[in-house]
Amino acid sequence: MSKVRLATVWLDGCSGCHMSFLDMDERILEIASRVEVVYSPLVDPKEFPADVDVTIVEGGVSSEEDLHKIRMVRSRTKLLVALGDCAVTSNVPGMRNTYKVEEVLKRAYFENADLKQQVPSEVIPRLLPRALPVHEIVPVDVFLPGCPPPADVIFGALVSLLDGTTPDLSATRFGR
Amino acid sequence: MSARPPAKSAAPVASSKVKTLTIDDRLVSAREDESILDAARQNGIQIPTLCNLDGLTPVGACRLCVVEVKGSNKLFASCVTMVAEGMDVVTDSERLQRYRKTIVELLFSERNHVCAVCVSNGHCELQNLAQALGVTHLTVPYRHPKLPVDASHERFVNDHNRCVLCQRCVRVCGEVEGAHTWDINGRGIGARVITDLNQPWGSSETCTGCGKCVQVCPTGALTEKGKSVREMAKQSRFLPYLTMMREDRHE
Ligand code: SF4
Ligand code: SF4
Ligand code: SF4
Ligand code: FES
Repeated sequence: MSKVRLATVWLDGCSGCHMSFLDMDERILEIASRVEVVYSPLVDPKEFPADVDVTIVEGGVSSEEDLHKIRMVRSRTKLLVALGDCAVTSNVPGMRNTYKVEEVLKRAYFENADLKQQVPSEVIPRLLPRALPVHEIVPVDVFLPGCPPPADVIFGALVSLLDGTTPDLSATRFGR
Repeated sequence: MSARPPAKSAAPVASSKVKTLTIDDRLVSAREDESILDAARQNGIQIPTLCNLDGLTPVGACRLCVVEVKGSNKLFASCVTMVAEGMDVVTDSERLQRYRKTIVELLFSERNHVCAVCVSNGHCELQNLAQALGVTHLTVPYRHPKLPVDASHERFVNDHNRCVLCQRCVRVCGEVEGAHTWDINGRGIGARVITDLNQPWGSSETCTGCGKCVQVCPTGALTEKGKSVREMAKQSRFLPYLTMMREDRHE
């Protein structure tokens, strides 16, 4: 049996969900024996490949880059998993949503900066008007709420997805 | 000193005051002045609730406790629907689960709930409900309204971002503390809890600073000052005792 092609992507999140993923400790070997990690901040490839079976997304959709990326990821993925509150609810990145983008940038790059007060025009992708949960942009197949979701829940969910059963999410919730 | 009168529940009840009904295919009996929710709980049948709190007058604000009554297409809020002879009640069905989940989703989408940074994270009744009902995400879009936080009281904070309009604060302050500082202003999506005549809590002349509203608030809307994320655990168990003691004294 060929291995399941697994990818993980990191949008607007703090990397805490990826950390929680790694927190499953030696059980990650059991996952590793059943999947091939084809793309992730944790592995080398720089291009998101075609024909991915499962992609786990951390983070909300906040910038034009996130938007482009999540659409591309969705089009190349069979099963999309929203991992953690930022991906599921927009959570902390969404706290700026009651303000206009200009107000947010002014706060960050002028009021809270002493030197070189200016909004960067290169390298940093432009912010969308609001940071949104992944499923408000593209369809999501599985939701794992939590900030971050406990390693046990991530492990359990992955195993059931690999087994083709429905994950038990009763042990995780918004926040913790 | 006269002997203490018997407690309320021990008083003889005329048989005409007792109703027999069916809840989830079980035959149960209840006093005619009891709600479907009371009857269900006395028989170990759990119905989710949010606005209801033992010791406060039920108002039917949240509708999470909806049940089906056979012979009617309507849904009934079980905390404010009294039992009736021969009633046939269903407390759990696919339809009820769908409605309850939608109610919880709407509560989340209507204000700004960021559990990860909330003082009530881990102690919140809305969080508990979402988990118990299997709400893993919202099927309605978030509104992200801009809402104020009133930190003018010297000991408490009112964060409208987390309010679910359950009116527990309104009721405990009016019915138990007797101050009636709280009210609801506006309607529908524009409704807000207010203190006195819609003025900062800290300038309220009626508030005694007792903190009952804070302890019964199910979410992180009313909290004690100086609490950090996850630190605001509420103590609402004082309420049934307080009401019981007062009832005893009145008899
Ligand atoms: S009030 Fe409850 S549901 Fe709302 S943010 Fe706080 S913990 Fe989460
Ligand atoms: S402030 Fe708290 S107790 Fe009062 S209505 Fe809002 S959620 Fe309910
Ligand atoms: S602290 Fe006491 S008196 Fe003041 S608003 Fe709350 S319940 Fe009412
Ligand atoms: S608990 Fe019955 S309406 Fe809220």
